[in-house]
Amino acid sequence: MSAVVRPRARSGLWPALGFTLLALAISLLAYVLAGLGKRGHVPVTVGLYGSIFAVGYLAAWLAIRRLAPGADPALFPTAAVLVGLGFAVIFRLSGGLAAEQATWIALGLAAFCATLFLVRDHRQLDAYTYTIGLAGLVLLLLPIVPGIGREINGARLWVRVGPVGFQPSELGKVLIAVFLASYLAEKRELLRVATRTLGPLRLPPARHLMPVLLAWGASLAILFLQRDLGASLLYFGVFVVMLWVAAGRFAYLAVGGLLFSLGAWLGYRAFEHVQLRVDVWLHALDPDKVFAQGYGQLAQAWFGMATGGLVGTGLGRGSPGLIPFAATDFIFAAIGEELGLLGTAAVLLLYVTLVGKALRTALACPDAFGRLLATGLATTVALQTFVIVGGITRVIPLTGVTLPFVSYGGSSLVSNFVLLALLVRIDAGPAPPDAWRPGRRT
Amino acid sequence: MERQIRQLAAALGVLFIVLVAQVTYIQVIAADRLANDPANATRQLIAEYQVDRGDILAADGRTVLATSRRSRGELRFERRYPLGALTAHVTGYYSFIYGRSELEAAYADFLSGDAPQLLPQTLADMVLGRPRRGASIVTTIDPAVQRAAAEALGDLPGGIAAIDPRTGDVLALVANPSYDPNPLSSHDPDEIRTAWEALVADPEKPLVSRASDELYPPGSTFKIVVTAAALAAGFGPDSRWPNPHELDLPDTTETLENFGGVTCSGGAEITLADALRQSCNVVFGEIGLALGAERLALQARLFGFAPSADAGHIPFDIPMQEGVFPDPSYFETRRPAVALSAIGQDDVATNPLHMALVAGAIANGGVMMRPRLVTEVRAPDGRVVESFEPEPISRPVDEVDAALLTAMMVDVVERGTGTAARIPGVRVAGKTGTAQHGEGRPPHAWFVAFAPAEDPRVAVAVIVLDGGSLGSDATGGRVAAPIARAVIQAALRR
Repeated sequence: MSAVVRPRARSGLWPALGFTLLALAISLLAYVLAGLGKRGHVPVTVGLYGSIFAVGYLAAWLAIRRLAPGADPALFPTAAVLVGLGFAVIFRLSGGLAAEQATWIALGLAAFCATLFLVRDHRQLDAYTYTIGLAGLVLLLLPIVPGIGREINGARLWVRVGPVGFQPSELGKVLIAVFLASYLAEKRELLRVATRTLGPLRLPPARHLMPVLLAWGASLAILFLQRDLGASLLYFGVFVVMLWVAAGRFAYLAVGGLLFSLGAWLGYRAFEHVQLRVDVWLHALDPDKVFAQGYGQLAQAWFGMATGGLVGTGLGRGSPGLIPFAATDFIFAAIGEELGLLGTAAVLLLYVTLVGKALRTALACPDAFGRLLATGLATTVALQTFVIVGGITRVIPLTGVTLPFVSYGGSSLVSNFVLLALLVRIDAGPAPPDAWRPGRRT
Repeated sequence: MERQIRQLAAALGVLFIVLVAQVTYIQVIAADRLANDPANATRQLIAEYQVDRGDILAADGRTVLATSRRSRGELRFERRYPLGALTAHVTGYYSFIYGRSELEAAYADFLSGDAPQLLPQTLADMVLGRPRRGASIVTTIDPAVQRAAAEALGDLPGGIAAIDPRTGDVLALVANPSYDPNPLSSHDPDEIRTAWEALVADPEKPLVSRASDELYPPGSTFKIVVTAAALAAGFGPDSRWPNPHELDLPDTTETLENFGGVTCSGGAEITLADALRQSCNVVFGEIGLALGAERLALQARLFGFAPSADAGHIPFDIPMQEGVFPDPSYFETRRPAVALSAIGQDDVATNPLHMALVAGAIANGGVMMRPRLVTEVRAPDGRVVESFEPEPISRPVDEVDAALLTAMMVDVVERGTGTAARIPGVRVAGKTGTAQHGEGRPPHAWFVAFAPAEDPRVAVAVIVLDGGSLGSDATGGRVAAPIARAVIQAALRR
């Protein structure tokens, strides 16, 4: 028998505020240090960005306090520290990017509060299974639409309407997780039934394997149509994990793994850029290849991290500008250079904390939908982090995805704040009935 | 469902452990290897330019020949040379595209703070978070002498070396043309490339010092070496030699004439001293043939002349091209070459620095000192971490012969070919040279000297290429001697 996870006692005001202030202090300190390290003086923008962080974090704390008082007091602050560290590194790389990122942080925090305000009870979402699923699918496929889709760095991920560009798949991945949680919570009893055995595996009826094949097909479609290796891997991974958790059958994981291998093999055979990725992964630092197109970025990331060593060069004191895409996909290497192993290990531990808390939320949640959703969201964050950090450190071939909460990028940041708000909501349970009702005095 | 979530947590935990392990490998275990990876050149460069590189100072310990200043941008320190082209061949340049040269290359360990002697300082800087500072080096260059030499040479192509014969200290090392090391050492790649390409395309080769890196026929200045060989062989200053109008060269129909085709004064026979004073080619041709290739080569070796251009071994702080006198075997089938070599032609070659050392050896009682360009290394806190003492490297002539040679060379200046080098109140010892190099080209004008003759404090050698402003009318006495005099006067004011 597994241990029963008891609902946490409602935590008081102070732990949440204390953690939030600590996250605020770390974020501002990192940003000011980055300015000192790079320019030798406190950044002139300190008043502006300081206020955005202070107002934004405290607003988020207040929103949690009023709309989700039962939430884990460290869930939001953990993500906030990641956001703050990311901002400091982005600021140190480029003042212009930092200004944009500050805007996105403000918008992300607004989206966080709005999500908590609108989604009073996560089970509300369970009622719109197919609407949300369809919306997610549309968002995923939007970049393929001629005219508005844009190909950047060899992948078709972007949508541009007028002056505004965004990556719809970032929000799409949250909606897909909601859809899958809703769908699987409903079908899980059916999926549990095993009728046949294949070797050590006990397989469910063929028609219940259909969703697996469908998701596999969708992932392959994303891979082939958008050439987005990272997203394709992520969706399929999250789907298989959720299916396995929902059905409680190892067979799904095994079949999923086989299909993944098959898909990877097909991708490798079909695309030169996938073959290149694999070769880069294996030979990034070979003397005869290190200067070749596509290989240098990993070498530069490694050189940067090696320069950082144990304690780093100090924020603003290194040369992360040499690392390609240092503000986005390779921001982990920039952190490694300036904050050293202490910084990278801290960042990884923050993710472990975040994912661990999310999975704990899943365990504590009384309803299947909430459990699956929390599991799916936790897996999304964990796999995305693993894909990009593992890619940079050459544990796996590199595929370009953002580092959640840390990388520069509006779509990613806003979507991850929505994801975080959903986790907070599930963790806290339904909002108090009297909290900030439109038209009702509180 | 609960069991799966717990298993999922464990699985994801394993993934993160793998990441932490790999990051530890990159940032700690493999960090040094990655830092030194040849492909990591840019970061290595940035690390090098993080250092507040030490100064290169003149002999007074104050005049700055090279220094570092704070720069904006990725490279934190920029190298500046306040005296620019005046000392370029001593300091060298410091370019992140084309590397470094001269003292910047030779003393890189000290200047960049890498030398083990500087470890305490470097560690302290690291702990205190200060930029790493390199050590300064104090050279022997005397700014006044260097300036006087450059002014005396003016725009004439050539080179000058002035040393203190007692210590070997190089007081001045001047070459025309020179170059400005500042643009080469800037942080603007376009500026660096433009400057470099212009210098490399220049047929005059400004990057190569004509004072110490090139080789030229020494002409009659080599008669100092031949006279030393004659003295060693027992022929005194008063030894008498036939004084014909011309000398028949063995095995050929060629003859050797005196400069301008004249006959040296003094009658049918002439003394060695008189022959040197008048720089008689005919007589020195005879002397060369009389002494033979073996003795000439031996004497030349003692003065540091190498059998071939790449075989020299006079120790010097920066690259130096030693003079050349061929191996005796070279002369076996070329007997006329012995006579020609005795007047500093044929394959004999040298440069101002080497000739200053030759003069310096005679000035110093026959002891040749190692040419010294750097006296000490000072840590950033002023502590002397390394000093280099004067050291003798050979004894090409004995003390008596040195005194005899000095007297003969004083005669050259007082009533011979070198009168243009006379300084009132100072006895100057010298020797002129007018070196042929290629049919129809004006000769190189040489002057080699030291002073005061009774207690020498400076030895100098000057070459003006292609006769300078006088062209084919040039002689060492007319063109080079006045320049040498100006340098000697500046050096004696020290």
